[in-house]
Amino acid sequence: MGYVLEIAQVALALALAPGLVGLIRWLKARLQNRRGAPPWQPYFELTKLFQKEVVMSNNASWLFRFAPYLIFASTVAVVFLMPLLASPLPFDAIGDLLVVVYLLLLGTFFLALAGLDPGTAFGGMGASREMTVAAIAEPTIALAIFGLALGAGSTNLGRIVTETLADPGVVISPGHLLAFAALFIVTLAETGRLPVDNPATHLELTMIHEAMILEYSGRYLALIEWAAWLKLTIFFTLLANLFLPWGVATTLAPGDLLIAIGALVLKLAALGVVVAIVETRVAKLRLFRVPELLSVSFVLALLAVTSSFLLK
Amino acid sequence: MVTVMSDLVQLQQALTAALPTEVSDFHTPRPQQLYCRLARGAAPQLAKLLRADFQTELALLVANDRRADLGVYEVHYLFDNPRQHWFLHATEHLPADDPTIRSMATFYYPASRFEREIKDLFGIRAVGQPDERPLVRHGFWPESYHPLRKDATPPADFRDDGTRFPFLPVGGEGVYEIPVGPVHAGIIEPGHFRFSVVGETVIDLKIRLYFTHKGTEKLFEGRLPAEGVELAERISGDTTIGHALAYCQAVEALAGCEVPARARYLRTILLEMERLYNHVADFGAICNDTGFAFAHSQCFRIRERLLRLNRRLTGNRLLRDGVVLGGVKHDLPADLNLGAELDAILADFNEVVAISLNNTMLRDRLEGTGRLTTPTAIDHGVLGYVARASGIDIDTRRDHPFAAYAELPVQPPVFATGDVYARAMVRVEEFRASVKLIQQATATLPQGALTAPVGKAPAWASAFSAVEGWRGMILHWVMMDEQGRLYRVKVKDPSFANWPALSFALLKNIVPDFPLCNKSFNQSYSGNDL
Repeated sequence: MGYVLEIAQVALALALAPGLVGLIRWLKARLQNRRGAPPWQPYFELTKLFQKEVVMSNNASWLFRFAPYLIFASTVAVVFLMPLLASPLPFDAIGDLLVVVYLLLLGTFFLALAGLDPGTAFGGMGASREMTVAAIAEPTIALAIFGLALGAGSTNLGRIVTETLADPGVVISPGHLLAFAALFIVTLAETGRLPVDNPATHLELTMIHEAMILEYSGRYLALIEWAAWLKLTIFFTLLANLFLPWGVATTLAPGDLLIAIGALVLKLAALGVVVAIVETRVAKLRLFRVPELLSVSFVLALLAVTSSFLLK
Repeated sequence: MVTVMSDLVQLQQALTAALPTEVSDFHTPRPQQLYCRLARGAAPQLAKLLRADFQTELALLVANDRRADLGVYEVHYLFDNPRQHWFLHATEHLPADDPTIRSMATFYYPASRFEREIKDLFGIRAVGQPDERPLVRHGFWPESYHPLRKDATPPADFRDDGTRFPFLPVGGEGVYEIPVGPVHAGIIEPGHFRFSVVGETVIDLKIRLYFTHKGTEKLFEGRLPAEGVELAERISGDTTIGHALAYCQAVEALAGCEVPARARYLRTILLEMERLYNHVADFGAICNDTGFAFAHSQCFRIRERLLRLNRRLTGNRLLRDGVVLGGVKHDLPADLNLGAELDAILADFNEVVAISLNNTMLRDRLEGTGRLTTPTAIDHGVLGYVARASGIDIDTRRDHPFAAYAELPVQPPVFATGDVYARAMVRVEEFRASVKLIQQATATLPQGALTAPVGKAPAWASAFSAVEGWRGMILHWVMMDEQGRLYRVKVKDPSFANWPALSFALLKNIVPDFPLCNKSFNQSYSGNDL
């Protein structure tokens, strides 16, 4: 039953991811007094891309073809380790937060390689910028979650959720709050949102994530886009379920699971609203200010760990 | 007017004293314009004298093929003195078998661009020009094809001659090139930008334009004067009134036509309406390039309000068919309270500007970015808001008043910093000033006719006109033949002067700030490459 649920929750995450991005886009449009495409537009985009012919640069190697599958697969693999709907789950034993972080980094690494592969100026530019961001963002993720792990006594994400549910007071501890702030900033950076990257721009010279995937088309592009949206869902789930785990089922009873699905959708939508508002309020940072922002989030994470350790 | 006349008298005396044999045949066909003949090869001397004693620089270089009737090529030099409000128009004749001029490129950069332009279009070579590269000539044109010569016949087959355009390579460790364009992701015109970059810092930018040659100046030739207006309106799609007005004023000056006062006021209103809708769109677009999309969508909404007003004024959202030879086509609609409409739009705009500028992240992106220093700006002879943002106090509306500007107050905003912020703020201030100008013009609108008849212009005489379009000073130079048809029309859009300065504004900035710098310049590709 647990294995069925694992597969079900991956399917759910894959199904929800485009809707989440669509919701943010639609909210942003409304906040700017535009009508905007409907929230379900990304589903059409995926369908369209999967049906389109793949056009490839003559300079592209096998790596360019291979990378989308790897990026997609590594992102999906992360979902297996996430306490999306219920905890504990059978795959919890396979990997903990370090595996999650490195699986995400694996995807980023191959995305950067794929950006470099066709030898275009934009791809290289995007790859170099992505690495600048990732170099500070990835350790921050690990550190922020580690702040929670210290309290829970385990680096296992499912365990952290269970422990937090058992002792809800810990949610307002300084360690939790600081870690939440750190992880929120990193979420914006890692998922290519403002003020770090502008997902809506057409200006190649300013792009980070988009610059790396400019050469992609057809099903490859669909896989990369879907993986990127899934990554957003993963980060939102981390924020939602590690810090506010209510609603996550502790048994596999159908009633609890239904509540878990409802709670997850609500939490994701709420975070979507927050991100849409943030993105409307801020401008994009000058590129060299981005490391400053990320350093702030790293320090927050460090403080989270310190305070969790001291107040334990 | 007395003091003004004495300026020209002084100028004539100074020129006669310093260059007695080189400069001759002085006459003043129109107020504030001194015409003269220039001896062969004397142009650099004249230019140096004007710079030293009158702080006056070259504004326009016009070549003209007069081999059919005079057996020569003409080259006309137009010098602009904005402070004393005069133009000097000097004409040099070149024999048909040796069409060369003396280059001024070594001491005035904009002259270099004019010289390269007429070399491509007329085959008139500038001796001493250090830059031998083509400017206008597209790679597909044979080198011997000079389209603006009257006897030029286009080759049957245009094809790539295979030679690469010689970009100056930048060497050194860690330097790499980012080529962008000429085809871009956005809906903009073609231009090739080649960045030499260390890390993210731009150490050199080469801009290659001229992918949109439409033969506009050639298309003017042989048209009746009235048929030139529709062509002038289409030189640059966002500068309908600016170019149409410059063209009409040049033809009217040639024909000696006095435009009725009401028409002059209405022309002023139309020109300011054009400034309004372009400035508001630019402000939004500048903000959008920092990722602040809110300002963009709001400014586009305001622009739409203005475009709808434009349609009520002229029947066209982009103001086409507004200006005609001798006046304007449409009177102010009786049921339209333009002043009140603009008050509402201004309040709307002010609110968006306040929200945007109160955003510290946005301010941080604009301030200090893309700085064009005053000396560099002067060296490039930049015009319009680019000049005024870099501390150069010029505005044709005040310096050479046309339409109704002599009767209306024009106080151009000038900023010293030369960064993106300054260029955005010049637009904001000009938007506010333009609303006031229009309100004042509508309040004091004289009664009278909308057009005056334009008589037949004298053959082989020339006239020019300067208009402060929303981008800066637009110049049109016109000559007719005996049939009363256009013989030669020379157009200068401010983009021609401003484009090269963009490279210098970008130096030492980072690559991702280029779109922002570019947007703050927002020069026309089409107006630059006629």
